[in-house]
Amino acid sequence: MTGGSTTGDDGSKTKGTGVHESRQPWPLWEVFVRSSRGLSHVHAGSLHAPDADMAVRNARDLYTRRNEGVSLWVVPSSAIISSDPDAKGQYFESAQGKDYRHATYYTKSEGVKHL
Amino acid sequence: MRPEDIAVSGLKPSDEVGQYALRLGDDALILAQRLSWWISRAPELEEDVALGNIGLDQLGHARSFLTYAGHAWDKTEDDLAYFRREPEFRSAHLFEQPNGDFACTIARQLVASHFQHELYSRLVDSADETLGAIAAKAVKEVDYHKDHSVQWLLRLGQGTEESRRRMIDGVKLTWPYVEELFEDDDLTTALAEQGVAVLPSELRESFDAAIAAAFEQADLTVPTDPGASGGGRRGHHSEHLGFLLAEMQVLAREYPGASW
Repeated sequence: MTGGSTTGDDGSKTKGTGVHESRQPWPLWEVFVRSSRGLSHVHAGSLHAPDADMAVRNARDLYTRRNEGVSLWVVPSSAIISSDPDAKGQYFESAQGKDYRHATYYTKSEGVKHL
Repeated sequence: MRPEDIAVSGLKPSDEVGQYALRLGDDALILAQRLSWWISRAPELEEDVALGNIGLDQLGHARSFLTYAGHAWDKTEDDLAYFRREPEFRSAHLFEQPNGDFACTIARQLVASHFQHELYSRLVDSADETLGAIAAKAVKEVDYHKDHSVQWLLRLGQGTEESRRRMIDGVKLTWPYVEELFEDDDLTTALAEQGVAVLPSELRESFDAAIAAAFEQADLTVPTDPGASGGGRRGHHSEHLGFLLAEMQVLAREYPGASW
């Protein structure tokens, strides 16, 4: 979405000013939305915006359709640290083979009610 | 108030109230048509969506005003939008001005949204309940349009050397069309006395104050150039409206009554 023409129907062009050469793409933002009856913010998607204020406004257009009663969070994508997909084994399978970690492993003692 | 609700309400405004609703509807309709040009052409995807949304909001307001106006003369919103000739349109010159570049569109939008916001926020108290209801729905949307254009005035005004130059040019091109928006005439004076219409001249002071605040923040100067001749409310338009109408109306006129 960068580098496109910004000229309208007046036919004017910007050439050789060096502006386009120095132009940086807008940074990427992650958008989290809490819908009007939702309990938590849910990741809705991402967008490009020049700054946080514009990111919130763009998120409203793109992800909430301007419904009332919603809350929006925007976070620069660069601020998010994710877990390493290759380390899935160590990270997420820790409970496997460790039945003693689960309450269901234990048999219920006789005479204990309401458990 | 949605156009569908107005259509079934059967409320019949007087000829004068119809003429007034027609002006407000025409402003919004012509601006919607101008903004729709940007779809697929805006500088960024996000901005494409934003301008499209603003255009659709304006089209919604136009439909409500035109449906209500049409009831005065047993005409539909489509009759009024697609089967009137240029001298029958009552929009101010600002709204028919070409899009120019993005900064020029933002400058036009800045003036349009501030004017509409001042107008609608007072029209909610109109003695005419339908006009008040349309304004109450519209003012919330226009509040967003105002914010959008101010945000871009700030960013373009304080962006690169080139963006600042374009913002200044856009403002300069737009400003001759500000004056007309605040001119009173027989219709608005008569209707304002009945508490139905808002007197345009009464909006000027708060419009100027809001615009001055935005320009100061963007470190830009509000132009003081004299206003253009105007005449849109009497059906005298600039050279741009005829072309806009030819494009907007061609399908409806080629296939009258067509639906899809």
